[in-house]
Amino acid sequence: MGKRTTFQFSVLCFGMAFLYVPMVLLIVYSFNYSKIVPVWGGWSTRWYTVLFESEEVWAALTLSLKIALMNATFATLLGVLAGIALARFGRFRGRTLFTGMISAPLVMPEVITGLSLLLLFITLGDLIGWPGERGITTITIAHITFSMAYVTVIIQSRLTGMAQDLEEAAMDLGSKPFRVLTDITLPLLAPGMLAGWLLAFTLSLDDLVIASFVSGPGANTLPMLIYSRVRLGLRPDINALATIIIVVVAIGVCIAGWLLFRQQRQRERDMQMAATENLKTGY
Amino acid sequence: MAQQPDYSDRPWLDPNATPFIRVQAITKKFGPFTAVDNVDLDIYRGELFCLLGGSGCGKTTLLRILAGFETPTIGTISIDGADMTSVPPYERPVNMMFQSYALFPHMTVERNVAYGLERDGIAKAEIAAQVNDMLSMVELTPFAKRKPHQLSGGQRQRVALARALVKRPKVLLLDEPLGALDKRLREQTQYELMNIQDRLGITFVVVTHDQEEAMTLSTRIAVMDVGRFVQIGTPTEIYEFPETRFVADFIGSTNMFEGRITENGADHVRVRAEEYEADFYIDHGMSIKEGTKVWVAVRPEKVEISKTAPPFGPNQLKGVVRDVGYLGNFSTYRVQLSNTRIVAVTHPNQRRPARGEHEVDWDDEVHLSWAASSAVVLTK
Repeated sequence: MGKRTTFQFSVLCFGMAFLYVPMVLLIVYSFNYSKIVPVWGGWSTRWYTVLFESEEVWAALTLSLKIALMNATFATLLGVLAGIALARFGRFRGRTLFTGMISAPLVMPEVITGLSLLLLFITLGDLIGWPGERGITTITIAHITFSMAYVTVIIQSRLTGMAQDLEEAAMDLGSKPFRVLTDITLPLLAPGMLAGWLLAFTLSLDDLVIASFVSGPGANTLPMLIYSRVRLGLRPDINALATIIIVVVAIGVCIAGWLLFRQQRQRERDMQMAATENLKTGY
Repeated sequence: MAQQPDYSDRPWLDPNATPFIRVQAITKKFGPFTAVDNVDLDIYRGELFCLLGGSGCGKTTLLRILAGFETPTIGTISIDGADMTSVPPYERPVNMMFQSYALFPHMTVERNVAYGLERDGIAKAEIAAQVNDMLSMVELTPFAKRKPHQLSGGQRQRVALARALVKRPKVLLLDEPLGALDKRLREQTQYELMNIQDRLGITFVVVTHDQEEAMTLSTRIAVMDVGRFVQIGTPTEIYEFPETRFVADFIGSTNMFEGRITENGADHVRVRAEEYEADFYIDHGMSIKEGTKVWVAVRPEKVEISKTAPPFGPNQLKGVVRDVGYLGNFSTYRVQLSNTRIVAVTHPNQRRPARGEHEVDWDDEVHLSWAASSAVVLTK
């Protein structure tokens, strides 16, 4: 083993440690019996029991999931519309303004977005009496405004990379523009839409700042709950909660990776088959 | 009584024939850039018409105007007597085969071919029958259930062709139909394409940058450059009687000699090329005023190469062989003249040379000559 490989190996170890040690610590401490987090009191699953018995945690989790689902769905819908408009409608009046508005939430600090949305909701409430009380609706609306920007970017870039001749071919074969959209564009966009949906879902589940601004009394999302509890000191039941989230995410990533890998291999096999037949038949 | 000449193979010569596709004064501008510049074109029923030109010459734009994907800035298009200028692509009796084939990746071969018929609201059984017919014509029946990515390049090309033909369009537009195929497959497909066209009697308009493809496929070729037609004619006309230096140079290769007309006879012209200290005699062509600057163009295969001097006369040059390319069926020579200009000559290898010995070889002094009918005189 040369000097270089030793060096590479240590860099790799350091990098891995940097990424994963915090998570490992969290998982280990979630099984700590002791009530004081940094003091080791032996293995136990008591904090998991505490967690499952806490209604507050369940309520926050349900709220977060509800918001994330609604947000992901609406953000994808709006993002697809905006992405198609930007990538396929050429130069329309107000396009530059529209592009700017779409990308604003991507670069705007969350604090500003949260604050301005809060102001909007208060003003609206005073003017038309809606939304009367801030909570799930306002958080969802706030999340949609910034997640749709991400979805739009994904859809737009996919459409730009997707050759327009497929759509032209459909039109050439007799499809009116709307039919082209439903027959060709949307099916081909499906992977992009799924990616956008998942991103919007994660963004919403992850958001603390904006939700804190636009939430009202009694509506605590999961990140808000975790943050408010940890502010009063580290708590072992939160460690357990975090461990569960890590495990769920890890399983999800593994399944997605495996599906992708299988699809890729199937594709390669198909192409190889076509190539070999090609040699045999002369075409 | 004079016999009526038979124009059935050459409708463009028939003064009474009505054109099938009429392109009239079409201009297409993209911002400040003019892609197609005031062109007129008549294409007749059953023709296999090629638009030939380099990249950016406007040939694809013109094809897209015919398909309806681009609206001309000025001008009109009519097909079979009906004005098509503002008819959207989905209502035109025209189908297109795309350069990329544009097969729908999420549909099987069968569904791809059926797609156009489904849009017409034809009964399902009827669609299935027509799709089957079309697939068997392009020999793809065993592949009906496959997706495009499970096919080879040649198969994809034939799916694209079947999909474009199944609606029996009045005109089929083909954008570089053979561009993505390898050489052997291209030759084979070329003849298949001609057979299919012959059998179905559909008018084909082909865009290509490949002059060989254009020569073998078409009834007529329109050579395009910077948005205009430079010359329209049969492959033979384009090759043997180019009207400009651009055409002579673009189609095949050619040797060009600059000179001035010294004699303008009724059936011939004489050209003096001072730079080469040579006289050229051309026994055909137009009447050109004496003293006019012209170019004499000779194809490499029409030049005789020999180590012995031919009898004294015009159309002769002397030089040294600088390069020999032995290609088996013929050889190419690059002969340097005394004024350092290079003349290209190709010569069929009709006799098998003795081992290691060629009739004409490197550094040989050779005489070049050609018949009075072989060269053409170009004025622009």
